[in-house]
Amino acid sequence: MTIDSVRGAPGASELAEPELIRLLTPEGERVEHPDYPLELSTAEVRGLYRDLVIVRRIDREAVALTRQGELGLWASLLGQEAAQIGSGRALTEHDMVFPTYREHGVAWCRDVPPLNLLGLFRGVNHGGWDPAEHGFHLYTVVIGSQTLHATGYAMGVQRDGVLGTPSAGATIAYFGDGATSQGDVNEAFVFASVFNAPIVFFCQNNQWAISEPLEKQTRIPLYKRAQGYGFPGLRVDGNDVFACLAVTRKALENARTGQGPTLIEAFTYRMGAHTTTDDPTRYRLKAEEEAWKLKDPIERVKAYLVRNDLADTAFLDDVEAEAKQVAKELREGCLALPDPAPLSMFEHVYAEEHPLMTEEQEQFAAYLASFEEEVTS
Amino acid sequence: MVTPVSPKLFKLPDVGEGLTEAEIVKWHVQPGDTVEVNQTIVEIETAKAIVELPCPFEGVVAELLVTEGQTVDVGVPIIAVNTEAEGGVATPVSEPPAQSAAMREEGAPSANEPGMTSPDQPKRTPVLVGYGVREGTTRRRPRKASNGAAAVPAPAPAPPQAPAPPVRPHPVENGLPLAKPPVRKMAKDLGVDLTAITGSGPNGSITRDDVLAAQAGPAAQAPPVAAAEREERIAVKGVRKATATAMSGSAFTAPHVTEFLQVDVTRTMEAVARLRDLPDFAGVKVSPLLLVARALLTAVARHPMVNSTWADGPSGAEIVVKRYVNLGIAAATERGLIVPKIKDAQDMSLPALARALTELTEKARAGKASPADLSDGTITITNVGVFGVDTGTPILTPGEAAILAFGQIRDMPWVHEGELAIRKVTTLALSFDHRIVDGELGSRVLRDVGDMLEDPLRMLAWS
Repeated sequence: MTIDSVRGAPGASELAEPELIRLLTPEGERVEHPDYPLELSTAEVRGLYRDLVIVRRIDREAVALTRQGELGLWASLLGQEAAQIGSGRALTEHDMVFPTYREHGVAWCRDVPPLNLLGLFRGVNHGGWDPAEHGFHLYTVVIGSQTLHATGYAMGVQRDGVLGTPSAGATIAYFGDGATSQGDVNEAFVFASVFNAPIVFFCQNNQWAISEPLEKQTRIPLYKRAQGYGFPGLRVDGNDVFACLAVTRKALENARTGQGPTLIEAFTYRMGAHTTTDDPTRYRLKAEEEAWKLKDPIERVKAYLVRNDLADTAFLDDVEAEAKQVAKELREGCLALPDPAPLSMFEHVYAEEHPLMTEEQEQFAAYLASFEEEVTS
Repeated sequence: MVTPVSPKLFKLPDVGEGLTEAEIVKWHVQPGDTVEVNQTIVEIETAKAIVELPCPFEGVVAELLVTEGQTVDVGVPIIAVNTEAEGGVATPVSEPPAQSAAMREEGAPSANEPGMTSPDQPKRTPVLVGYGVREGTTRRRPRKASNGAAAVPAPAPAPPQAPAPPVRPHPVENGLPLAKPPVRKMAKDLGVDLTAITGSGPNGSITRDDVLAAQAGPAAQAPPVAAAEREERIAVKGVRKATATAMSGSAFTAPHVTEFLQVDVTRTMEAVARLRDLPDFAGVKVSPLLLVARALLTAVARHPMVNSTWADGPSGAEIVVKRYVNLGIAAATERGLIVPKIKDAQDMSLPALARALTELTEKARAGKASPADLSDGTITITNVGVFGVDTGTPILTPGEAAILAFGQIRDMPWVHEGELAIRKVTTLALSFDHRIVDGELGSRVLRDVGDMLEDPLRMLAWS
């Protein structure tokens, strides 16, 4: 390779026509990949389909609740279901997830109640699930910082000396294409690489960092960056739930057995807005969305199930009904979420009593009480 | 007898992190319609985006509380839905809708909320910083019944309009009528006196529509209904009249010839995309039309004769060849076809040309092109592609010798480098005055423009 060969703007084809690892085509045809054999039972395929449909329904309900003023904000996962469910279902008991604020599908796989996610976006709690219990850290809103937390956690697991044993857990850090331009992510890559940390970097490249397109983040395909840090990187069809499952499974297994980090670039597309406060029609073309619609992650699984007689209409209807029920309960639960009492903000700051905070708590209680006096006066 | 049910109200939510208001763009439902949870009921436009709002209730629409075009504060009820099974009986909630509804919801304090006092005295709400907020200071403070005109039921609304929030009779404070800055600007541009208008917006403020209605005058507000509705007679005046005169004049004086050429403009499209990324073109529109204009200017430089006019003088006919190019760009506007001219376009750098093109067409569309902008053209481009057609036979602008029509660009099967490929292809049509321009010259000009669009590098080589 000469200097000249890497200089210059990236060929559009290089960024846009990746060498994707794919096991299920957009038309729902099963294809084989030599490095990623995958055997799935009918029940497992049906399970993945159910996951995909339900998380999309949860997402849709949350968007609607935001539009109705019940949530302050929502980051939709529409279009990225396969990347999240595929990687999420590759996780096992001892693995630990460090998510962004969009990993609703992974949260579903880790049995985090969807209502907890809504509490955060409704502004009534900070999520409230126990990260240790679910192997799923709290949502991180700051872009990319969770990759450092994850690397540190993975290095801790390494120092526990459990790698290679059945109780070994891998760490997986989720982030987007925009985050790859952050210093934190690059620092995490360096640390993970030189310490051979048991971590999987799972980048959902959804092509848009809010309004910033991929070509403003990188001149080479993102997965190739891993090579520069000294660990393997690969690119998977992020809308193919089978491929995401197989690739993540292998990368996690490598981590658990001390083989070090992997970067997975799941090549996908954010079908909706960045968040509910964003309007993508201002910066991208409808034609692009239409093209990606043809690669829908759920439709291809459905086509696969139906074509191979693995599911009938009754099954599809049942899943639909179940998703509707989940959404209904979610809506009711959301509307019933209590506003926290003002004083509750002092409750979870320190594990033990802290004199300064106790003082502040008393002052605030007195302040609140002054309103009662005004009523009686 | 059916007991009137109390409809549920949907208040305008803040759909984007701290927005305070939104404009109602379009209702998707009408009173009497059955709605489901999450069915799209209305489109609103905020400062950030146009968004669709899904209905939070299931039931029958009782009433739309705000009208399209109205700007509404966050928290104001916009729709009433009867949610019970027998709720087909639409109970009006309005008169005045927004305020009375707000009172019902907010006026009754619950004992267990801190800081609540009786609704008759100002109350404080605790906040994290400072000593509470007196509700009386907020804009959405529910008006009290004893508070005068605002809570008095509004008079029967004008027939074609849905109920609107009550309008204060004199929305003039400190001598200034209430109107938002863009509305003020529009009124100024249109020469409309805001103090003479009664506003129909929230708090009696003057809206965009009020200004437009005032500009159109009383006649426009009550258009006469023509007896013969099967036909419509439109007086020919203004732009239409000028167009008609120019077109028939041109068609009957200059003998027209039109030639056509299909061109592979894939490289032009690539060039356009790359130009857009250059800082020199920041803030200006870079369209294929820009390169067509540049190509025509270059072709004119190579063949000055097409940039000329036929003059019948006292000493006989003359051909006047112009050493300058005032490039006309035909623009479709609400008022009809207008052809603003870019003066001395031959000397312009590409960014300057782009800027002139954008500004002039925008000016024309806004109806602000001055007579000077519209006269003294020497050659014209008409961009019929924007209408989705391939080409047409353009008619010369009077006094000019040539006009170029630029059709739509579309994906076509095309033989490219010896193989069939999908390419971006457009059709060019050049009409010329055959008294001045022969078929040979016309063909050369058209071929030159085509060659330059096939390979934009030629523009450099030839200019």
